Amino acid sequence: MNRGAWLVSRLLQIIPTFILIGLAVFVLARLLPGNVVEALLGDRGTDEAVARLTAQLGLDKSIPVQLLQYFKAILQGDLGDSLAMRIKVTTLIADRLPVTGMLTLMAMVIAIGVAVPLAFVAALNANRWPDLAIRWVFQLGLSSPVFYVGLILLTVFAAGLRWFPVGGYGDTLGDKLYHLFLPAVALAFSFSAVVMRNLRASILAVLTAEYVDFARAKGIAARLVLFRHVLRNALIATVTLVGLHIGSLLGGAVVTESVFAVPGVGRLMVDSIFSRDYPVIQALTLVLAVLVSLAFLVTDIVQMWLDPRVSR
Amino acid sequence: MSGDLLEITDLKVTFDTPRGPVHAVDGVSFSVGRGEVLGIVGESGSGKSVTLRAIPRLLHANAAVTGRALWRGQDLFAMDAETLRRVRGGKIAAIFQEPMSALNPVLPIGQQIDEVLVAHTTHDRAARRRRGAELLGLVGIASAATRLDQYPHEFSGGMRQRAMIAIALAANPELLLADEPTTALDVTIQDQILKLMLRLVAELGMSMVLVTHDLGVIAETCDRVAVMYAGRLCETGVVAEVFERPLHAYTRALLQSMPGEGAARAQLIPIPGQPPRVDKPVPGCAFAPRCTLTEARCASERPLLRALAPAHASACHAGERLLAETGP
Repeated sequence: MNRGAWLVSRLLQIIPTFILIGLAVFVLARLLPGNVVEALLGDRGTDEAVARLTAQLGLDKSIPVQLLQYFKAILQGDLGDSLAMRIKVTTLIADRLPVTGMLTLMAMVIAIGVAVPLAFVAALNANRWPDLAIRWVFQLGLSSPVFYVGLILLTVFAAGLRWFPVGGYGDTLGDKLYHLFLPAVALAFSFSAVVMRNLRASILAVLTAEYVDFARAKGIAARLVLFRHVLRNALIATVTLVGLHIGSLLGGAVVTESVFAVPGVGRLMVDSIFSRDYPVIQALTLVLAVLVSLAFLVTDIVQMWLDPRVSR
Repeated sequence: MSGDLLEITDLKVTFDTPRGPVHAVDGVSFSVGRGEVLGIVGESGSGKSVTLRAIPRLLHANAAVTGRALWRGQDLFAMDAETLRRVRGGKIAAIFQEPMSALNPVLPIGQQIDEVLVAHTTHDRAARRRRGAELLGLVGIASAATRLDQYPHEFSGGMRQRAMIAIALAANPELLLADEPTTALDVTIQDQILKLMLRLVAELGMSMVLVTHDLGVIAETCDRVAVMYAGRLCETGVVAEVFERPLHAYTRALLQSMPGEGAARAQLIPIPGQPPRVDKPVPGCAFAPRCTLTEARCASERPLLRALAPAHASACHAGERLLAETGP
């Protein structure tokens, strides 16, 4: 199979994935214990009010009809209204998603920017002091929970040294990046440790590969041997790892946004759960699941670009 | 010999392992003349591949290499990195045993040829591409232009080895170091590749050092042979001479353990025992414990490589005896 055909078939795979995600979210929402309408209305739930809300949410229809309406609404871009905030869920998410996107992206850039060079230094000095020092520091990163790292950073750099704001989100791009820096570092901490350890191990494996010796025997510059032959091959395994970790990075964003009071979808999710804002929870689950599967798609495409054997 | 391209003197390679030092190559000396094909033969662990890889300094940091490797009078082991880089691939090229693992799986064959040309020539992109196609044609790969854009996994085993040879030849090297180039291939393909290599050596006027464990390959391909055992050189000489009249007990035992021509049903004599462990220095002759011609001094006194006949040297205490037995 050539690359074009592989790409088309990989893109088509996204359709059944999206349908399954939609189904899962629909079923999960109906498996939640307790009656949604009564939970929403609480003590104010007169029979009349219950009946009206049930009809308003479409819950009086049969399950297949509900499912059909649900998919129809999604296709029309209608994810319902927030019960707590009385606005369209799509507006709400569109407001908050860029914040989380920026936070996650920043965390990834920081994590990869720190992990890739250090993995190189560690692998090229395997079992000597630079390697041991780097691994020791990252071992800390790997064993510290995100919220704990976040609190330490807040205490030291925001509350103590006052280099960074304690929380919130700016207006200009520079201001936004400034506000998101500490949360991004907190989020990047354990992620960079995972990337560093994985990349260090694959660089070590690639360094002893025959094709690296063959590349050295060709008389090409040492820099080219390292980047074209060692790093590129070592990155293949790491790219998969990064892709698979985007889900947990989004999960980490939920916690980080709460610690740093960042108005992203993570914080929206937590708030909606506390206020039992079911349409928002349902829509967010859907949107995040779709985003994660899109991230997997991008991972696969990057991997195909790095490793021609993938499209075989 | 003056005018030699490559002259190796007292090469020693010691690997630093968790279980202590391993003396993989222990004082090997030989030379390669212009246009000459030298075979290095030995069993697994005899140090033949390590010897070959030590020459262009391809061994890793865990290997301590001493001795001298004079390339046109310049010591490769004392060379600065940039001079060495120009020699590697430019003057001394290498091919390895497993083309699947020696070719980078994620780069097209064309690019793997191209980087040699970038490193050693001043050709522009179009000229390099033409040269790449020409090289693939030279090693017998059809429809070279499309093949340049293909990846190693799209080539068959024999084609991969041909591609590796094309890469090695890209910058017109003067010496080709071939580390068991046919071992990983089917017998019919082996023959094709050997013939191809011989043809190229003759056409391009290259010298070659061919490492193999296969005496048949040596007989078919080489001008001279060097026999290695336990990291040491046993015997060197012109191939016909060494095969006709081995002057080292190990070479003799090795030839007796092989089926020869004519006497297809003749009794083969296996060599008893195992090669010695190379993690302990052997004071006398390394082959002594398995040898049928031993003398008292074999266990304690290390035999030196010395010329016993014209262009034929042996490091065996029984060398003179073997020479006398077979006559002049």
